[in-house]
Amino acid sequence: MTNLSPNLPPDKQREMLRKMLTIRRFEERASDDYLAGKIYGVVHCYIGEEAAAVGVCSALDHGDRIISTHRGHGHCIAKGADLKRMMAELYGRQAGYCKGKGGSMHIADFDIGMLGANGIVAGGIAIVTGAGLAAQMEGKGGVAVSFFGDGASNAGPFHECLNIAATWKLPMLYVCENNMYAAQTPAAATHALSDVASRAAGYGIPGVVVDGNDVFAVYQAAHAAVERARSGGGPTLIECKTYRWRAHTERRGQPDLRDRAEVETWMRRDPIAMLAQQLCEQGELDSAGLQAMEDEIAHALEAAVAFAEASPFPLPDQAVEDVFAS
Amino acid sequence: MRELTYNEAAVEAVAEEMRRDPKIFYMSTDPIPPLLKEFGPQRIKATPIAEAALTGMGIGAAGSGFRPIVDWRQVTFCFVAMDQIVNQAAKIHYMFGGQVTFPILFRASVGGGGRIAAQHSQSPYSMFMNVAGLKMYLPSTPYDMKGLLKTAIRDNSPVISFESGRLMTSKGQVPDEDYTIPLGKADVKREGSDVTVVALAWLVHEALAAAETLADEGVSVEVIDPRTLVPLDADAIRSSVQKTGRLLIADEAGPTAGFSAEVAAVVTEDAATFARLNAPVRRVCALQVPIPYSPVLENHVFPDRNRILAGIRELLAR
Ligand SMILES: Cc1ncc(C[n+]2csc(CCOP(=O)(O)OP(=O)(O)O)c2C)c(N)n1
Ligand SMILES: [Mg+2]
Repeated sequence: MTNLSPNLPPDKQREMLRKMLTIRRFEERASDDYLAGKIYGVVHCYIGEEAAAVGVCSALDHGDRIISTHRGHGHCIAKGADLKRMMAELYGRQAGYCKGKGGSMHIADFDIGMLGANGIVAGGIAIVTGAGLAAQMEGKGGVAVSFFGDGASNAGPFHECLNIAATWKLPMLYVCENNMYAAQTPAAATHALSDVASRAAGYGIPGVVVDGNDVFAVYQAAHAAVERARSGGGPTLIECKTYRWRAHTERRGQPDLRDRAEVETWMRRDPIAMLAQQLCEQGELDSAGLQAMEDEIAHALEAAVAFAEASPFPLPDQAVEDVFAS
Repeated sequence: MRELTYNEAAVEAVAEEMRRDPKIFYMSTDPIPPLLKEFGPQRIKATPIAEAALTGMGIGAAGSGFRPIVDWRQVTFCFVAMDQIVNQAAKIHYMFGGQVTFPILFRASVGGGGRIAAQHSQSPYSMFMNVAGLKMYLPSTPYDMKGLLKTAIRDNSPVISFESGRLMTSKGQVPDEDYTIPLGKADVKREGSDVTVVALAWLVHEALAAAETLADEGVSVEVIDPRTLVPLDADAIRSSVQKTGRLLIADEAGPTAGFSAEVAAVVTEDAATFARLNAPVRRVCALQVPIPYSPVLENHVFPDRNRILAGIRELLAR
């Protein structure tokens, strides 16, 4: 793993671990509650990819904006979303971020610059490029980040936006989370080049491949890209090579056609275990500290679930609210 | 006869047609396993997530002698291909003076009920009905699915196969032998004399349930399933309404400029049918809102057998 201890305060390093662990425990709970029928529809888990969201968001300021995908819990938590309101949204309750209208695929928190998870592959790329344009026009050094998958990198908006952002020097990070699959389809079957990052050359911007399970490597790449963006240098494409541990969605009985040996190989490169181990080796964490972190997260999750359960379901008539702005 | 699910009937129709005609090939982001197994990756193409490109490529291959099937999967995903659908597929035959044909089938599941929120719960067929140059249908049974899908594959124009997400696992009898169902022909799913219900897809079954309840009360409900949206079988709808004098239209989509509005117009603009109406036309549709996630909200938005029942009772009270 990349060693950043000289220039990253230990508190920040531990905070990165805490965020990654929170994502994992949140999703484990969401998956259980989904299978128990308390969460509806569809849930896409990010487990195994936590270092990408946390590495990038740790390089951002509160005022910077991000956009997510259908696999959005990790980006929300990494940007600082409230677990209570997230869980309440998954539970379909009034107190949820979207008043129960969105669910897992559509959590947003505009106050923290999280412009939303999105059910349409590549649907967010142009929107967040618009946020990048807004940041450029505001002239306060803000940046915007598009998270998207390897599958989305084959869709038109990716190419159209990279070209515009490069030409206009928009303060953007395009972060491709290459988990090697789009649903059941291997990336190798749909990409002519093995690295999405190499496409950056076609737009005249930097394209960086990083180990997406190494949170410090992701942070370092994001940090450099943010500096470049804030100083008017334009966009960067960062490709995080990573892997999702679970099936495409949590639906019971959903086939997972991936090779089990491949899945297990990646699970042995657990981004959270790798980070915890490094922090321990650096003397910034010990097993008691890790346990305390686990306990604190478990506690926060219990509080989130209790909050969700205590929040009422929306009233039927609320279905017609918010169609238009008041 | 055997029992097949709605989804199995569709896959069987595709497979039979592909065996018959080597010019047919299939493109979608996630191939259907039994089709891939039988026909291999040359004819069952797993594509990148690039629906605009796939749709356009389908049009081009169709104009070059092939008969492509482009499976958008959910109708939601075809919205990124709207230029190719509206500006290209729908107009290309007409605009170029009918020089060559563009036999292409698009498949798209529609409807809600899955708690998957606004982007994944849409029934936008009337948007497409509004575009001249596209044929389309939305079946309610496995039997209709198979027969219509086969006809659509053999049709020389672009056809959209809208398929109800709610009905994918519903079962029904399907003949062993080859058969087709013509586009533009409605089916009377239940005969009756007091009120006509025109419904689509899942709501055909809800309407039949409502009809059953009312039969116990001595009310005779006729349920008409247009099956094809374009061309619409106006004659069948009008003659039923001329017989019953009352019309209720049930649709999982919202009412505004919808399929239901078209049916209402077809009935009321026809003097002979209008003269026989004993009550205003009644529509039972989804609320005109994006579909919400939470079950309480989603259930409130969609019509069901109870709302159809209430609507019929209102019509009868007049
Ligand atoms: C335009 C569009 N086409 C198809 C889909 C269906 N779909 C949902 S997720 C997905 C795979 C996305 O793969 P990728 O971008 O790699 O993200 P990952 O799921 O791997 O995180 C597909 C095909 C969709 N949501 N939107
Ligand atoms: Mg992927």
